[in-house]
Parts: sequence; C-alpha cells; structure tokens
Amino acid sequence: MNVSITVNGTVIKEEIEPDLLLIDFLRSHGMKSVKRGCDTSNCGACTVWLDEKPVLSCGILAARCDGRSVTTLEGVRDRAREFGAFLADEAAEQCGYCSPGLIMTTIALLSENPDPTPEETKEYLANNLCRCSGYEGQMRGIQRYIAWKKEQGGKA
Amino acid sequence: MFTAGQYIRAKSLEEAYSLHKKGTCILGGMQWLKMGQGFYSKVIDLSDLNLSGITDEGDSYLVGAMTPLREMEESRELSSLTSGAMKEALRHIVGVQFRNLATLGGTVAGKYGFSDVLTMLLVLDSTVVLYPDEELPLANYLEEPLGNRIVTGVRIRKENLSCRYASMRNTETDLPTLTCAMAKGDGGIRLAIGARPQIAKILTFPEGVSSDEMTGTALSSLSFSSNLRGSEDYRRHLAKVLIRRCWESMEGGEQ
Amino acid sequence: MSDTGTRVVEKSYRKKDWEAIVTGAPLYTQDLEPENCLVVKLLRCPYPNAIIEDIDTTAAMKVPGMEAVFTWHDVDQNMRRFTEAGQTYPEASPYDRLILDQHMRHVGDVAAIVAGKNEKCVDRAMKLIKVTYRQLEPVLDYTKALDNKVIIHPEDNWEGRDFANGDAKRNLCAHEESENGDVEAELSSCDIVIEKTCHTKAVQQAFMEPFCTWSIIDMYGRLLIVSSTQIVFHARRNVANALGIPVSKVRVIKPRIGGGFGAKQTSVSEMYPAFVTWKTKKPAKIVYTRRECQIASSPRHEMQVRVRLGAMKDGTIRAIDMYTLSNTGAYGEHGPTTVGLSGHKSIPLYHTKAFRFQADVVYTNEMSAGAYRGYGAPQGIFALENCVNELAHRLHRDPIDLRLQNTAKEGEIMPAYFGQKNTSSGLDRCIEKVREMSDWEHRYPCVKVNDHTVRSLGMAIAMQGSAIAGIDVGGATIKLEEGGFYTLLLGSADMGTGSDTTMAQIASEVLECPLDSICVNSGDTDTSPYDSGSYASSTAYITGRAVLAAAKEMRQRIIRRGAELIKSEESFCDFDGSKVSDGKQEVSLFDIVASTTGGNSDSFVVNASSSSAISPPPYMAGVAEAETDLETGKMKVVNYYAAVDCGTPLNPAIARVQTEGGLLQAIGMALTENVTYDRKGQVLENSFLQYKIPARPDIGQIHVAFASSYEDSGPFGAKSIGEVVIDTPGPAICDAVHNATGLTFTELPITAEQVAMGLLKK
Repeated sequence: MNVSITVNGTVIKEEIEPDLLLIDFLRSHGMKSVKRGCDTSNCGACTVWLDEKPVLSCGILAARCDGRSVTTLEGVRDRAREFGAFLADEAAEQCGYCSPGLIMTTIALLSENPDPTPEETKEYLANNLCRCSGYEGQMRGIQRYIAWKKEQGGKA
Repeated sequence: MFTAGQYIRAKSLEEAYSLHKKGTCILGGMQWLKMGQGFYSKVIDLSDLNLSGITDEGDSYLVGAMTPLREMEESRELSSLTSGAMKEALRHIVGVQFRNLATLGGTVAGKYGFSDVLTMLLVLDSTVVLYPDEELPLANYLEEPLGNRIVTGVRIRKENLSCRYASMRNTETDLPTLTCAMAKGDGGIRLAIGARPQIAKILTFPEGVSSDEMTGTALSSLSFSSNLRGSEDYRRHLAKVLIRRCWESMEGGEQ
Repeated sequence: MSDTGTRVVEKSYRKKDWEAIVTGAPLYTQDLEPENCLVVKLLRCPYPNAIIEDIDTTAAMKVPGMEAVFTWHDVDQNMRRFTEAGQTYPEASPYDRLILDQHMRHVGDVAAIVAGKNEKCVDRAMKLIKVTYRQLEPVLDYTKALDNKVIIHPEDNWEGRDFANGDAKRNLCAHEESENGDVEAELSSCDIVIEKTCHTKAVQQAFMEPFCTWSIIDMYGRLLIVSSTQIVFHARRNVANALGIPVSKVRVIKPRIGGGFGAKQTSVSEMYPAFVTWKTKKPAKIVYTRRECQIASSPRHEMQVRVRLGAMKDGTIRAIDMYTLSNTGAYGEHGPTTVGLSGHKSIPLYHTKAFRFQADVVYTNEMSAGAYRGYGAPQGIFALENCVNELAHRLHRDPIDLRLQNTAKEGEIMPAYFGQKNTSSGLDRCIEKVREMSDWEHRYPCVKVNDHTVRSLGMAIAMQGSAIAGIDVGGATIKLEEGGFYTLLLGSADMGTGSDTTMAQIASEVLECPLDSICVNSGDTDTSPYDSGSYASSTAYITGRAVLAAAKEMRQRIIRRGAELIKSEESFCDFDGSKVSDGKQEVSLFDIVASTTGGNSDSFVVNASSSSAISPPPYMAGVAEAETDLETGKMKVVNYYAAVDCGTPLNPAIARVQTEGGLLQAIGMALTENVTYDRKGQVLENSFLQYKIPARPDIGQIHVAFASSYEDSGPFGAKSIGEVVIDTPGPAICDAVHNATGLTFTELPITAEQVAMGLLKK
C-alpha cells in the first residue's frame, strides 16, 4: 500500500507492507536514533512523536501513520543537544541506547508541564527503561535542565 | 508481532463490519495485539471514523472506541465523575507512550483479565456501544462472545458517585496482581475485582454494607487462581486488603 | 607533572561521545550494518534435552528469498569443540559447544541457522523446517545434577582444562577447594556458629541493546565481524574456533555498545552471521529478539551458597566455611571462574583465623549462564552478609559496629584472597560514612510510618577485585600526530562506562594537553593493542596502567626530541604540553611533531602493556532503607545510601553514575527480577513484560559518597568501580525486610507475596 508520512517536516511517500511497524519504516529512512530494545512496549527506546504526542514507534503500524506527522530525535537535534548536555554533565547518558527515547519523552513532558515535580517526572518517564544509570543521574540532569530553563526565563 | 495480509482503513462502520470476518482483526491501539504472532488476512483500522474522544451527552459521557487511554486519564470530566479513581486506574498501565496508543476499544474488545480499565468501568454505570446497533451493560457484554460486532464506544452514565480504585502490582507499571474498584452511587455499593487473574467481575451491595461483608461475599463468590504474578492464596489475601482499603477510604471521605 | 597531579584526572568531564549519543547519531552495530545483509535467525529447540533425529529443510528452502538453512549436518560433530566465554587463553571454561549440535541441551538451543534476504521469508521458512526430536529426560534441578544418571555432555570431544577439575561424565563443569587454618577446629571453639544456605537465581543483565552482530568478507578475503561485544580479541578467537578457521582470517570491531554488564563478555551472537558469511561469502546480520535475550543468553550463575560462620560472644568472627553449588546450565561459559568469586570476594572482607571454600559447578538442561557484573561475588556476599547480619541480631549488636570490629584492615594479608596484601582500604570509612548518611542511629532498625507501613534499614559491605591478577592484560598505544595531538588506541570496550574518556583523562594528565587533544580509537582487533577486554573490573585499573605507562613514555620521547632540537640535555628539559624547554631555549610541540614527519627514523608511536600480580579490591558499604507495606507485602527501596572506595575516582561523575546504576540492578535482583523455569524447562520471564527490571517510579533515591583510599599500584591511585557496586543491595535489603517484618529470607528475589504470606503465617 502507498503511504505519505511527514517525517521531521519532510513528506515521505512510499509503498509499504501492511504490517510494517513505524520503527522499521523510520530506520529504513535513516532515522537511526529510533531504537528497538524489546518487543513488549516496555522499554521506550523507540519513542517518537506522532502529531506531537510521544508514542512507541514499535507499537504502531506505519500504515496507520499515513497522512500524519512524525518527529524523531533527528528532527529536534538542537533541543536534544541543549538538554542532552545536562545529562552528559551527570554522565547519565552512559551507553546511550535509551537516550533518544528518554530525550523525546522528556521534551514532550516539558511541553505539557514545564515545571514537573520529581514524582511527576518519574511517572511520565516510566515507559523509558534504562539499565545503566539507576535513573538517579538522569533525574539530576532533568532537574538541572528545568532549573536552567527557568533561569533563562524561557519556558522549558 | 502479528502478520497482516492487508491493511484497510475503513471508510464507514458498515464497511468495517462487512470486512470483519474470521481471520481478520479490528485494530485497537494494538499494544497487546502486537505481542502475539497471529496472522490476519486483513487488519481493519477505525482511525478515520471519528471514534476518538469523550463526548458529553448530557446525562452521560460517550467515550469513543479509538480514544487513547491517556486521554481518559487526563479527562477532567471522568476524573470528577469518579473522584479521581479513573486516573488511578489508568496511570500504572506501562507508561505514557503506551497509553497514548492503547485505546479504550482495544481494551474492551480484548476483554483482558488483567485490565484495570474494565475493573474501573464495571463499577460505573457503563454500557458498551456496538455496531450493528446494540448497547449492552458492560457486565453483560463481558459474558457473551463479541462475534464480529464492533465496539464503537462506552457510554458512562453520569451519577452522584464516590469512587475508589486500588491495585497491587509487583512493580509500579507491571500488570496488576489484583485490581479493585468500588463505587457508591444510586442504589448501593458496587465492587469489582479483576486480575484474579480472570477478568473483572462486579458485585453489588446495599448501602451500609460493611467491609467484612463485602470481602466475605467476594471471596466466596469469585474465583481466584495462580499465575506468575501471584498465587491464589495471595490474591485472596490481597482482595481482603484492597477491599478494606477502598471501603475505609470511601467511608472516611479521604480524597 | 607528578603522580598525584589532578589537573584532568579526578574531574568530571563529559564523556567524549556525549554529543553524538544525545543527538541520536548512528553509532551502534545495527545502525552501521551494510545494505543487503542476509537476515539470520535461529530455529530454537523447544525441549530441554533432545536429539535431532531428522531435520528436513526442503520446504523451507523453497520460500522465495531464502539463502540457506544450516543444520548439524553442516558441522563436523567430531571437530574440536569451543567455548563462547570471553576469557584469556587457555580459557578456564570448557570447550563444550558446536555451532550446530545434534544434541539439544536446553530450551532455546540452536537447531538450525536460517538465512534469507529479509525477515519475512526467514520467518516463513522457519515455520517450514521439520524437525523430529527424540526427547531425553532433562536435568532441571541443579541440586540433583552431580552424578545424575542423565549426562548432559556425554560426547567424547568434551574438553575441560585440568585446572578446572571438571568431569563431564559426572555433570561436573568444575570443582574448587581452598582453605587456610583449621576451620573445623576453629568453628568448634566458637561460642556461636551461624549456618545458612542461601539461593540466588540466574538473573539477566537486561542491557537495552539486544545481542546483535553483522559480518562481511572484506577486501582481503577475511571475515570482518562488527558486533556489540565487550571482548573483541576473545571473540576473534572464539569465532575462529567455532568455524574451525585460522584466527588470522577474522577481524572483530565493536562500535558503541548499548550496555553489556558482562552479558557481552560471551560471544552469544557472533558465531551465527559469521558462519553464514563464511559459507556464503555474503553479508549477514543477526539481531536477537528480547525473548532470545531472556531465554538463550548468558545470565548470572544460579548459586546455592552454604555458610558456617563462627564467632565469639564478643562478636569476633573466627572462621568462615563456605560451600557453593553453581548451576552453569547447558554449557560451561564462565562456570569454573564465576564460582570462585563467591568465596574469594566475600570471605576476605573479614579477618578470620581460618577459612575453607569449596565449590562445585554443575551442568543442567537450562540456559547456559555467563558473566554478569559481580561475576560470583554478589551470590557469595549475599550468603555471607546474611550470616553477619544474623550474628548481629543474635548477639544484640549493632551490625555496623560488628562490621567495624571484624573487617580486614589495610596492610593485612588476606588468606582467602590468594594471600594478597590489603594494599589500600577505605572500607571502615565507607562503613562510617553510610552510618552518617542514613541517620542510622535514629532510623535503625525501623520506623513506623502508619498502621500498615514501616520504614526499615539494613546494611552490608562488599569487595571486588581490580582485574584478574596475573592474567588480565591492558594495552594502550599512543601516537603523536601531525599538528600536535595524540591518538590513543585501546583494546578495551567502553560500553557506556565512559572508559574511553577516563583513559583519555589519564593520557591528558600526563601529556598536559587539553582532553580534546587525545583522540580515542578503541575496540578493533586489527588496529588496537591487545587488551583482554572490559570485564572483571579491569579497565580503569589495568588498561589505565597501560595508558599511564604509554603516556609517560610518549612524554619522555617528546622531551628527548625537544632537547635534541634545542641542543640541550634531556635531563635539563621539561614538557608543559605545548613546548619543551630547558629554561633558556624552547621548542614548540608543533615543531617537534614536524621534526618527526620528515627525515625521521624514530618512532613516535608508543605501546604499553600492563598486567598486575595483585588485584586491589575496591570496597563499599551500603544501607538500604525499605518501605514495606505489611499487608500487601510490597517493598520499595525509598533510599539507598552507598559509600565507595574505588581508590581515586578518575572521573567522579562517571564513577557516581556507575555506582547508582549497579545499585539499581541489584535492587531489581533483590525484589522483582525473578527467574522461573516450568517443568518443561522453559523460562517463564521471557520478556520485559514478565521480567521486571526497575522502572523510574520503582526506586526512591540513591545517595552515593566516596570514601577513597589511594592505591599505589593503580593509575593516579585508582582501583575499579564497575562491579563492587552490585554487591551490597541483596543482603542489605534482606536485612531491612527482616527489620520491618521479623521474617528471615535466604533467597532472592524477596517477593511481595512472600512477605505478605510470611507475615500471615507468623
């Protein structure tokens, strides 16, 4: 079947298999930030935004995204670098495999709620597993990023 | 992951219904579906049928089948109707990204034993809206085969309610070991216990019933069994604890 | 420059790869695969013990797009067997595998390698392969494996090392005994003997990037393997052995790795695409599903550890007797070596008059175990520290005071640690530190939160090693490059541990250059200096020593050349990172480098290798604060307080996050990560849906402090950190649960159900 999906602002038109998952569609188009870590929707490494909402790209058919807009980390690199620097200050990106998903979900959180409490942050990011960091350093990075954003006077 | 011969985005419910034969599948949020290895000659997507969203119909809310669980969780209307219990029932389900995809229709049509959503909906006055034209009380719907009918939504009647929801999970976002919903509304107290691990069932009690009486009835009339998440005995024990906690919180008027 | 200088070392620099990582650059094995790779999948046996009577691939091969289906018929069953374990040759692990074996030894063992042009055709073909199995009785209880009538490796070409003392005909993979003093006499003279048998399961590393490998034939006709591995050099040997080809035909490269934790110290996935590429000469790739990572991988060795701990009324520990039974599963990867750590990295924590350690490692028809952070130490420490906590309860002693009374002190000889001297120890300071951090005096043993909730404390101490003494080799090559920067070549594997960065910090410290002037290139068997690989807590210490030696040598060569250029004496000159000067004249590094790239016969490539006769232990103390719901039994670690002596933390931010990460893995092992085999030999926790590693809401706060000693033999005083951090939570949480409930547990995980039902029975 033919689909037309906007990926990071660029329309991709392609003939695809009916059961192709969005993650495989994206990776085949060079969006290698999108990672597969499990097959049961638990790990969140494949998180992208579908029409601005964070979703699991391993949990949706590419066909279903026909006519819709998808954003991957490749589409928000500047924002990722800005926030990622705070993770890096804590060395909390570690192996980095979960970082793209974590960053996509965190940015989504902050656009929904610019000043979340640590508990709200943990709950929102529950779908992003990380096995390296113990989460603590990532939480420090996120909180420092939020504080820095506030200092900048901008919205997080 | 399942395999599909064809993906069809239905243009009408009529079309979806006519396509929905043996070996085909209606797509909900497909979060649980994709964990299976099934083969479907056709997967039918209802995304274009305006079935997503919560509509205030005056005396009830109609929640469309394609409404993501996350939208229900965030709904102020559902939250105020259920004294916040709806949110509590939903927020432990895997994670935000998961709940942005998983739909009410998928959950209702899947009739999953571990479903928090079904446990919660059972204690509300809710009916399942089906195509072709039919509307069944949720409890009745759960007892009969769905056949090739299509779940188009759930209608939740507005009423003056006090609600509680509690679940036990081995980790915060694990499938529940036991679920418990309680509502005090017109005509008494309704109690639903799910993830036993069988599908949730509802029991009703007159107003003024004690926690012990409810527990006694629940333990004697519901079946409990064992799986990876807990043994039958543990589930029976948890039922006592969760029923009492919901009841005490409701009677004590805690929010 | 001096050895105690800390211009760059002991500073929290960002990891060199941070920007690439956070912007999602293609860095990992799967991101780099060539186009048109054959997709390789494995047909796995559904039975725990079976012989393939017949395997018919005709129908499968008719699927369009199929390239090949390989079965045991394609592998000489009498060839020399191999091990997948990543270990220095001669490996302690037995050679007990064939790539494709007629005998299936666990659910998930490989019956066929299936290769085709895409996933769809391979999936279809897999369903069409007809296998006739003759099922054999399996051994699924490791306590009954030894001398069982069912022999898991009956084949004649099983090959074990003499020093491992294995005997396949007895299902014995390895056996060990060591002792010092007369344990029985000491125990009988003790006022109190605590005896416990503890059990820990085959928990999974659960790295986020599944096992994956791709391979091609390069322009020289060699097999080039790109893989998510911690051990490029060992993987090269393992693959050559598996394929029966010369090692010279194989090159292994590791790109960024999405977590390893020891799992990737075993060549779990490398053989299969390598085999396909070698046979077909076509590019091939394999990516394990999470299910495969859970059922056919390289988890922790399940162990049963029996301890007898003898002490006097005043709390003095006199003797420790330990027997460990380890379940290596169907194959012996890391079996003979992991078990030793259960004794040798627990018993030496305490000063005793006598010890005895005995161990058996047995085969069963369960998945093969491997290396997981801690290696065998968490299992032994769980058992021993449970005993010490019980001793404290029995004697009504504060467990912290009891530890301080008995720990092995700096300068002591440690008989259970191969007679090594305790060269550096901050253990007692770690213990004092966690006492203070946790507000122990006010919160031990427990505080009631409400009618059904209790917060309680429990503690434990731990040690590990820093590389394998006398065996591990660290390697570093430093090249002076045009313009005045350096390339640092390493054979170790940064798997998120930040070792590429910490190694560069060491070089930068010595060469007095900006950290950015050290460019790291690691993990390629063709270009990297030999290094055993990143495991056994080795990189910071042993590779760090090699980097230090190489950087010092490079510094000296630069000074020598500078002195020649300014016609001065080498001994009068010094190097400040940008110029060599004797106080009167100077020459810039730029000019020095220029002098090496024209008309020059001296090499400005420096190699250093390092091995160490000692393995200085890092130490740690941990206090768990658990909140227990006395009705549902649910426990949450609301605070974990940890103090670590890793010697000098080369990069404190990295050391801290390593600590936090290791602690949470162990908290998962203690509370929610269960491994259950059904009667058919299948692992039930075969996905992240069922195998519950902690998610963010499952943990409170982790608090880390350093109470460093200075290890003279380590680079800038450093010891290791990677593994010791996983050792304390098991016993600390176990005692916290005891202090909340009065229940005593001897097995991990401690589940909510066990707590709730235990309290009901009380």
